[in-house]
Amino acid sequence: MTDTALLPKPSTQPGFGPVLEPSQRTDVRAKTVSAGRRRTDKVATIALWCAVLAAVVPLGAVITVLVAKGFGVVNWHFLTSDIPSVTGQTTAACRDITPAFRAKYGINCSPPAPGMGPAIVGTLISTGLAAALAIPIGILGAVYCNEIGVRTRLASAIRFFADVMIGVPSIVMGMFIYTAWVVRFGTNGRSAFAAALALACLMLPIVLRSAEEMLRLVPDELRHANLALGGRPSQGVIRVVLPAALPGLISGSLLAVARAAGETAPVLFTIGVTLSLNTSPFGENTTLAQQIFSGAKSGLPLANQLAWGAAFTLVAIVFGLSALARFVASRSSKVQKG
Amino acid sequence: MTLNGLSVFYGENLAVRDVSFGVAANRITAIIGPSGCGKSTVLRSLNRMNDLIDGCRVIGDVAYRGIDIYAPDVEAVEVRRRIGMVFQRPTPFPKSIYQNVVYGLKLAGIHDARDDRVEHALRQAALWDEVSGRLDSSALGLSGGQQQRLCIARALAVEPDVLLMDEPCSALDPIATARIEDLMAELSERLTIVIVTHNLAQAARASHDTAFLTTEVDDHGNRTGVLVEVAPTDRLFAHPIDERTEQYITGRFG
Ligand SMILES: Nc1ncnc2c1ncn2[C@@H]1O[C@H](COP(=O)(O)OP(=O)(O)OP(=O)(O)O)[C@@H](O)[C@H]1O
Ligand SMILES: [Mg+2]
Repeated sequence: MTDTALLPKPSTQPGFGPVLEPSQRTDVRAKTVSAGRRRTDKVATIALWCAVLAAVVPLGAVITVLVAKGFGVVNWHFLTSDIPSVTGQTTAACRDITPAFRAKYGINCSPPAPGMGPAIVGTLISTGLAAALAIPIGILGAVYCNEIGVRTRLASAIRFFADVMIGVPSIVMGMFIYTAWVVRFGTNGRSAFAAALALACLMLPIVLRSAEEMLRLVPDELRHANLALGGRPSQGVIRVVLPAALPGLISGSLLAVARAAGETAPVLFTIGVTLSLNTSPFGENTTLAQQIFSGAKSGLPLANQLAWGAAFTLVAIVFGLSALARFVASRSSKVQKG
Repeated sequence: MTLNGLSVFYGENLAVRDVSFGVAANRITAIIGPSGCGKSTVLRSLNRMNDLIDGCRVIGDVAYRGIDIYAPDVEAVEVRRRIGMVFQRPTPFPKSIYQNVVYGLKLAGIHDARDDRVEHALRQAALWDEVSGRLDSSALGLSGGQQQRLCIARALAVEPDVLLMDEPCSALDPIATARIEDLMAELSERLTIVIVTHNLAQAARASHDTAFLTTEVDDHGNRTGVLVEVAPTDRLFAHPIDERTEQYITGRFG
């Protein structure tokens, strides 16, 4: 194909220069993209890699420190035992009393070991309850906004308030639930359930808005196909639209759960504090985030250890949840895509 | 079915003006005409799929077995139960092949002989041989032509009285097209078919009656579809009355 005699004549369209030079037109090895564009491409590629690095390095650093400081603390005892009440030095007096005396009066002089069981349970209860409240309401709200009342005033009002709620600082949600719920019941008002209410307020707008985006991605043709088969719009929502959007709904909801699990501010007011296990949604409770807060504040080594262990556990729980959600989502999209 | 003075607006825009013709029961009626003349619009107004389009307004009436389907006491859902539709582009649900076909049966609350009905529908749509071994795999894994036949099977499974088809064969090869045409002939013993097609040979081959629509452009450049001629297919192709019909079917459409 190097025979120039075979090359086509340049385009002879009136008034136009040829788009490709005749010698280039049939030779795919010829470089026709300008040097400037090539350079832009290179620069943009390098810039993107830098951005990736800038995002990955801090993340890697956080995880490294977390594992270094937290992993060693976490063991079965840590996960299941009560939180030690004394995090300072055990009393110097212990040196002066005999083991027999300790045994007689039940004085425990062994140094307290780190434990986080109650906070793990409290986190699971408060976040789980919050998810159970916020996810169904959020998804139903999104279904209303995107499927039933698309252009109604109510739908735009819901969207508006959801957007405002996303911007409300989480501590305000805590104060709101504190005044609206906790104070009504006096000190008994503090509970995992109250914390769940505050966390649900936080999650609801996130779930709603992300679910709405996911529903919007479902093509209208599927809704029309349902109707053409004699289906009601509601049947289309239940049988076609929601299943098609399911993977997205799951990941959106999980993002909200992960966010709620790590929240401290709304929990501080509403959950009270306890150092021993409380598996009931009522009565004072505690969460990992709260324990990280109080453990990190203190200068005592055991308290700091507790905080790192709690941080590691919290990240592990959130990570495990994401992995689970991804697994469920990929399972359900496999059914759809074959 | 009878269309009487049907005009369709999209917003301010008059898309189709004053279309009147009859669709005889148990016959195949083809709608032909140049692209954009309103064939799909007319077809969609026959089972109220136009209701879903924002700003779409229908004037005139469409009588189905003597009853105006746009009457206030008629529910669109009930209309579409009886008048099924296959769209121009395949629209399989993101579910398994079996679940796609059984979908309409589930909606209609039909429980007996579901598997047999699914098989029958798939056989009718000339798809059974290709998918019988993988009914549980996703419909999205089928080729475009297979997806379209799946959509036909899905529509047939609920045994509609009228089937509207909007260029159902545009994604099919000649063999599958021929199979669909045979199927239409078979089906027309039991149901009424209205088919929009770009393929004049198909209209000539497969339909009993043909309606020809075309676009009229007014002084302001607004394009509106109008009905030019409707007649038994043989007659329309052999002896078109209107000059525009003749130009279109002989390929001299300007
Ligand atoms: N959803 C819609 N909104 C606004 N205008 C529309 C809509 N659908 C169709 N139209 C307009 O109505 C006219 C007729 O469209 P229609 O789809 O019925 O044509 P058609 O004959 O089916 O064309 P084709 O053969 O290309 O499918 C066109 O001018 C189109 O722009
Ligand atoms: Mg069309």
